[in-house]
Amino acid sequence: MNTEIISVILILLLTFLLAIPLGKYIARVYAGDKTMLDPIFGPVEKLLYRICRIDATREMTWEEHLVALLTINIVWFAYGILILMNQGWLPLNPDDNPSMTPDLAFNTSISFVTNTNLQHYSGESGVSYLGQLTLMLYQFISAGAGMAMAAILFHALRERSSSTLGNFYNYFLKSCTRILLPISFIVAVILVFNGTPMTFEGKDTITSLQGDTVQVSRGPAAALIAIKQVGTNGGGFFSANSAHPLENPNFITNMVETISIPLISIALIFALGYYLNRKKLAWMIFGVMTGGFLLSLLPTLYFEMHGNPSLTTMGIDQSAGSMEGKEVRFGSAASALWAILTTCTSNGSVNAMHDSLTPLSGMFTMLGMQINAFYGGKGVGLLNFYIFIIIAVFMSGLMVGRTPEFLGKKIEVREMKIAMIVFLLHPLLILAGTAMSSYLLYLHPEYGWLNNPGFHGFSEMLYEYTSSSANNGSGFEGLGDNTPWWNISCGIIMLLARYIPIIGPIAIAGILAEKKYIPENAGTLKADTGTFGVMTFAVIAILVALSFFTALALGPIAEYFSMV
Amino acid sequence: MSARERKTPLFQRALVNEALKQSIIKLNPKILFRNPVMFTVEIGTATMLVVCIWVAAGETSQGNFMYNVSIFLVLLLTLLFANFAEAIAEARGKAQADSLRKTREETPAKVMSDNGIMTTRSSSQLRKGDVFICEAGDIIPADGEIIEGIATIDESAITGESAPVIRESGGDKSSVTGGTKVLSDRIKVIVTSKPGESFLDKMIALVENASRQKTPNETALTILLAAFTLIFIIVCVTLQPFSLYANTPITIAAFISLFVCLIPTTIGGLLSAIGIAGMDRALRANVITKSGKAVETAGDLDTILLDKTGTITIGNRKATNFYPAPGIDEDTLIECATIASLADETPEGKSIIELAATKGYRHPATIGSAADLTLGLPQSRVIRFSAETRTSGIDLDDRSIRKGAYDAIRKMVEKAGYIFPSHIKNTVDMISSNGGTPLVVTENSKVIGAIELQDIIKPGIRERFERLRKMGVKTVMVTGDNPLTAKYIAEKAGVDDYIAEAKPEDKLDYIRNEQAGGKLVAMMGDGTNDAPALAQADVGVAMNSGTAAAKEAGNMVDLDNDPTKLIEVVEIGKQLLMTRGTLTTFSIANDVAKYFAIVPALFITSIPALQSINIMNLNSPQSAILSAVIFNAIIIPLLIPLALRGVAYKPIGAAALLRRNLLIYGLGGVLVPFAGIKLIDIVVSSIL
Repeated sequence: MNTEIISVILILLLTFLLAIPLGKYIARVYAGDKTMLDPIFGPVEKLLYRICRIDATREMTWEEHLVALLTINIVWFAYGILILMNQGWLPLNPDDNPSMTPDLAFNTSISFVTNTNLQHYSGESGVSYLGQLTLMLYQFISAGAGMAMAAILFHALRERSSSTLGNFYNYFLKSCTRILLPISFIVAVILVFNGTPMTFEGKDTITSLQGDTVQVSRGPAAALIAIKQVGTNGGGFFSANSAHPLENPNFITNMVETISIPLISIALIFALGYYLNRKKLAWMIFGVMTGGFLLSLLPTLYFEMHGNPSLTTMGIDQSAGSMEGKEVRFGSAASALWAILTTCTSNGSVNAMHDSLTPLSGMFTMLGMQINAFYGGKGVGLLNFYIFIIIAVFMSGLMVGRTPEFLGKKIEVREMKIAMIVFLLHPLLILAGTAMSSYLLYLHPEYGWLNNPGFHGFSEMLYEYTSSSANNGSGFEGLGDNTPWWNISCGIIMLLARYIPIIGPIAIAGILAEKKYIPENAGTLKADTGTFGVMTFAVIAILVALSFFTALALGPIAEYFSMV
Repeated sequence: MSARERKTPLFQRALVNEALKQSIIKLNPKILFRNPVMFTVEIGTATMLVVCIWVAAGETSQGNFMYNVSIFLVLLLTLLFANFAEAIAEARGKAQADSLRKTREETPAKVMSDNGIMTTRSSSQLRKGDVFICEAGDIIPADGEIIEGIATIDESAITGESAPVIRESGGDKSSVTGGTKVLSDRIKVIVTSKPGESFLDKMIALVENASRQKTPNETALTILLAAFTLIFIIVCVTLQPFSLYANTPITIAAFISLFVCLIPTTIGGLLSAIGIAGMDRALRANVITKSGKAVETAGDLDTILLDKTGTITIGNRKATNFYPAPGIDEDTLIECATIASLADETPEGKSIIELAATKGYRHPATIGSAADLTLGLPQSRVIRFSAETRTSGIDLDDRSIRKGAYDAIRKMVEKAGYIFPSHIKNTVDMISSNGGTPLVVTENSKVIGAIELQDIIKPGIRERFERLRKMGVKTVMVTGDNPLTAKYIAEKAGVDDYIAEAKPEDKLDYIRNEQAGGKLVAMMGDGTNDAPALAQADVGVAMNSGTAAAKEAGNMVDLDNDPTKLIEVVEIGKQLLMTRGTLTTFSIANDVAKYFAIVPALFITSIPALQSINIMNLNSPQSAILSAVIFNAIIIPLLIPLALRGVAYKPIGAAALLRRNLLIYGLGGVLVPFAGIKLIDIVVSSIL
């Protein structure tokens, strides 16, 4: 086994080992138990609540939670557009970057509020430092809002019969201060010590070995990069994201950044187990997610480490794997690991060019986003998984001869309706978006959006919509996407794909929490068994495969078979 | 199980003919609209018909005429098969109901008006509240309740049981069913249901499409299936611009075939048949359900309340031993016990006389004429059993003999100033702890001994309870016995809990308690005082012999009056849900193979590279598409027997059951179509 593979295994093991105690800690935070950070943040929170006149102890129903979430999101969205469209003359703009056009500001503001971080601009020249700081704030609060939703789900699953599910502001603020902030701080410090800039000064000028002078962009990067990774945001400081030498200087920072991608998402699974005192259920969910993740990772590792067969036949040495679009300091295995993690978890940061991945690796990155529930984004990954559980419970409940129930609550018509709307939304947005763009290109080939014709060009469009709908934010690139069509269509998709998959599961959880609790008996299907895990996995795999098979066949699959 | 259950093959000629006719009538879009999956297939079929005409008119871009026509025909066949499945299930249910309905053809009814004048009317003209007279040899014209008289009745037309039963006014056995025959005596009956609204009529209407409401679970499943249909509408519609981008023209036939193959037609076509078959299976077990929901709920039951007598134990208790008090001669006890039981009509009373006879004692009254109202004992006064005194007996000139429950007798004895002998107290405890029921006998308020009554537990009942336990159903025995006796029998029979010294309110309280804990409860009952509990229970099974109030309160009626029927009902409910679940899983799993058949066929000309995913190595694009649709069509009739019979339920625990069904219907559902489509392709390509 070579060192590249060993480092991949090491990174994953370290992630899992860190996730378990972190999960226990998160469970304590959401359960309202004392933590060691209380003395630091307790007073700050109290002050904030007093200023905003919020009673953080008031119990809220699921509807009130959603209203609170949507209200503050609308405010953020408007504030973001305002800043981005005026950043040119506002302070903290040492490089004199211009204000954004309305469609780009619309796209960018949605992109960061929805935790997507799709960037149709380039960080060095597209935003001022004030813009960067605003976006960084969004990276905290969008992740915090997602985690607050997971906390509400936990609360709902725990209730025997209740209409109120805790307080949104309490969950939201605690997610930010007790979980995201301390972890980001640790990551940022490691980055700074490894050479990532953290300054408010403008571009630096250096003289290269050839004697040329080069302008080097810098700024408050380390802080933003940390939360970009930790909060599954993915929107980098620099255009090249974590492939940029200042954003991700060496293998150590690469390891730290890789671990930060799925860490909280996995920890939330264990937090669920500790919070509900159903550790077996947590292990079942972890098992299914990790199984799915590994099934994407292993072939991707294989394809990236073996390189492009067409190049091999041309006599080009590919012993280092497929290195097109990859950084030599990371290598093909670490890049493949990052690519799969970032797409599985709705992160969207990159340390290599996804456009250059071998075709089937490209397919697995897309599948990760199309499923969007193997770990998934902060909080919302679990919500997506919850929808799949509802579908799996419904089918397997029937198969054991009982009307379906999950954790003692009967799943009936209303819940199924909501679950099906959420399930349908993702394929609808991705396929409809790609279909409309394909049709526009068919009518107007002169638009010239695509760098590559044929199957690969199709993949570029499919990837862009998949990434928008999964709130992932990574780009396949090779797509001229800063046009009104792409800015607006992706913006609308990000909006729908963020809020409906939050509203749906929270509504289901809220409705179920109000229902009468049915005690388990020998005939009850238990959700924490391996068999049910297999069922859930099969439901996810088959439903997602069936939804996207035709599109993937015309993109990466056709490309792969034309290549071999 | 009744005799009716065992016979009837799945496909009778007459039923099949009727079903075939119905499957064409059901093509009417208005009817098919209720089933979203099959309705979209109908739209696809209609579109293919238009395409066929278009191709016949000279269009060349859509493939040859024969191919288009074949696709059209196969799609039409898919629809017909699905309709046939529903129609055959309906026909079977109807045939079953008709055989019951036959018993209530027009019969003359002797109606008695308020002023006592008797007129003869046809049974169809009877209204609720009418009073009619039936005498020996008459067919009872309508469902009703006896208000006067007692009669033996032959109910074999309904239950298949040939032994006549006794029905009399006033008690819990006052209900008569239309179509049954009075064998002796004369009864006055009041009609309890409007014409066309008897249980049987309701049942028949349920089986027929018109009034059949979708059950909640069926609706939820329909939503799931509708969503699966929608997702494939999205997939197929977006495929059109994709193929334009990729410069790959796709024929309309290929589009529609892909769509029809992907949507869950298998379960969509069989869903209503499964529901009807569930009610039909209940009917075959001689249980009439008032709604499909009741059958579904039966599968979910957590707790069932069972009466001890008749369910857990055979019939009634029998006297097995006499225990004389110290200083009393056994013969004296036997004589007193016999005398006290002479006027006792209960089976227990009779069994005391029988036991005495085996000990060699025969009272003159039992030898002489039964018409002797003094029972050979002049100046006697019979004291009947009452719930207050809980004793019965007889008063003679100088003797007052009583027998009764221990505590009631003790009270009486002590009131009279005597001491209850500790020896008999010990005997009573001994009898109780052995599961017997002690009766204490007194003469002139002095205890002279005890009688032991014993229950006989039905053979095989323990295994049935074990089976229920594995299904997760808790069994509760309801008995009037004292707690000691109840505990003994409960342990011996293997029930999980018992209600001793039960009064009707106790049942109701128990049910409410369980329900408050989120459990679903079933009970069986026949008496008017059972009615509140029957109504409260999630599944209330009333016995057909029970009072009208009981039958009105319950949501099922058992024609056989068999208290163990609840167990069958639970299994029927579980089978119903399982059949739905497994066939849904099977249907979805099938799609994997269909994709591998059709997708390479769609792109063969423009993207030859995609031939690598033609892993079944199907002959040509046209044969591949045809094979997939043919497989999709014929799987429906192949699964009709399974839909009608139901997937077998095995009480092996939920996880094991899921594993088993997932292997058979999930994995099987993935693999079977690969083989099936390949085989069909071999046949099809040899014909093309």
